[in-house]
Amino acid sequence: MRNILTIGGRQFRSYFNGPVAYIVICIVMLTLGFFFWKTFFLFGRASAREMFRWLSLILVFALPALTMGLLAEEKRTGTIELLITMPVTEAQVIVGKFFGVLGLYSILLVLTVPYPISVSTLGDLDWGPVWSGYLGLFLQGSAVLALGLMASSWTSNQLIALFVALTLSVFFWVLDKLLALLPSGAASALEWMSFDYHFQSMARGVIDLRDLLFFFSVTLFALAVAFRALESRRWS
Amino acid sequence: MSDVMIEARDLTKHYGTVAALQNATFRVNRGEVVGFLGPNGAGKTTTMKILTCFIAPSGGTARVAGADIFEDPIAVRRAIGYLPENTPLYTEMLVLEYLEFAGKMRGLRGSELQAGLRKVVEETSLGDVVGKSIGELSKGFRQRVGLAQALIHEPPVLILDEPMSGLDPNQAAEIRELIREIGRERTVILSTHNLAEVQVTCSRVLIISEGRLVADDTPDDLAARAGKPRFVVTLRKDDHSAADVRAVFSSVGNAQTVTEVAASSAGELIVEVVPKGNDDLRADIFRAAVSADLVLLGLEQRGENLEDIFRQLTTKAGA
Repeated sequence: MRNILTIGGRQFRSYFNGPVAYIVICIVMLTLGFFFWKTFFLFGRASAREMFRWLSLILVFALPALTMGLLAEEKRTGTIELLITMPVTEAQVIVGKFFGVLGLYSILLVLTVPYPISVSTLGDLDWGPVWSGYLGLFLQGSAVLALGLMASSWTSNQLIALFVALTLSVFFWVLDKLLALLPSGAASALEWMSFDYHFQSMARGVIDLRDLLFFFSVTLFALAVAFRALESRRWS
Repeated sequence: MSDVMIEARDLTKHYGTVAALQNATFRVNRGEVVGFLGPNGAGKTTTMKILTCFIAPSGGTARVAGADIFEDPIAVRRAIGYLPENTPLYTEMLVLEYLEFAGKMRGLRGSELQAGLRKVVEETSLGDVVGKSIGELSKGFRQRVGLAQALIHEPPVLILDEPMSGLDPNQAAEIRELIREIGRERTVILSTHNLAEVQVTCSRVLIISEGRLVADDTPDDLAARAGKPRFVVTLRKDDHSAADVRAVFSSVGNAQTVTEVAASSAGELIVEVVPKGNDDLRADIFRAAVSADLVLLGLEQRGENLEDIFRQLTTKAGA
């Protein structure tokens, strides 16, 4: 556990030593502000639903930028060799890196809290769906980050990691919007695999164990694949 | 614990169909500084990566400080301080921040960590740059940071992959001195192309060529094995003939053969004296020249040095 925290802590701090964290945070906050306030007064409702809707979409695009370098850059520069030959297991490296980026993501989420707060000053805000929405965002973000880490474990090129991660996360987000094109059996299966399907019900204030399990499973699966990819170098 | 710190048995590694390493077997004892020599792609780095459990061998196995690389890779890594080729460090981190990270990863905490940090910073003379980011440092300083992170947990075994490559002569001399210092208490394996380094730094040399170990000896024995010393004598020509000169030196000590080196330049005569044994004939040559009224312009002892042996061993190994 100590190793995991040491690796995660280093990763977390190194985001702030470079520009990536600042750029991603700025872009997310600016686009969110733009889309959210643009329509807020048209609806005339004191609700944070729109914020969650936009944020879930923006994050699907933004989070892969945080994960693209996690392993790819370490492989390119060779630092992975020094890291792995310290007394750690591959699993600790993967989980540590994941916690590091999850920490940064948590900060990003905390930075958006002023939105519901300012909404609550304008009207009577129901805080229940806000908290469940944040939980949903956190879980969906975890899944996107884990997928990004997985993509980063496959290559030593950050750009490739970025595009693979973007493709995967956008694909899972957009799945339930393509359903009209499909026969109904396939449609309900695909709907169930969609991030947004699970997230939207949480944003409405419904915490369903199945939604939690879905995000947990995707996250664990992606981390396991990343672990295998990192470990496979030993036998190549 | 026994005195064998590293024991490799039949290490073999295939990358696809390419054999990077074939049946390498060697031992390194406590307190030895062993130089790993070989041309690029000979298998030095592969061997080091196997010993540090970064990659697994396709065949054979190894024990480091008593732990098997397959059965207990964590114990192996704990016993090792490793500096990979090209010193890959997190360039965005500060030196101190990085060393702290390296110490924590090796299980150091609190006062132990502080003591370790102080010790390595002093040992590697990093005091002036601890607050700088690693990316700003010169190559020599980076190399020292790399050594510092490998030393912080006082490992019994150090594995250094080309620690002196890319450094200017002054930096290389400093690092060499540092490694010699370190090697007093620890077992060190270092790889290099630079034969002079090996001669001054290492107590034993392993020469590897095309994935096979072709020599395992001390630098002196290796040199002795390859050939006798020769003495190259440069004289002012005046009006001596080459034959006269040969006659003078053939009676020196137990000189065996005296040959004139082909192209003596104008006004100079160069001969080569080869002794029967390994004797140092320089004094005798000097006296013989004086008594025969020859003007001595130069006298040089040439052993067959490591370089020649290295070339011999690594070029005929495939044949």
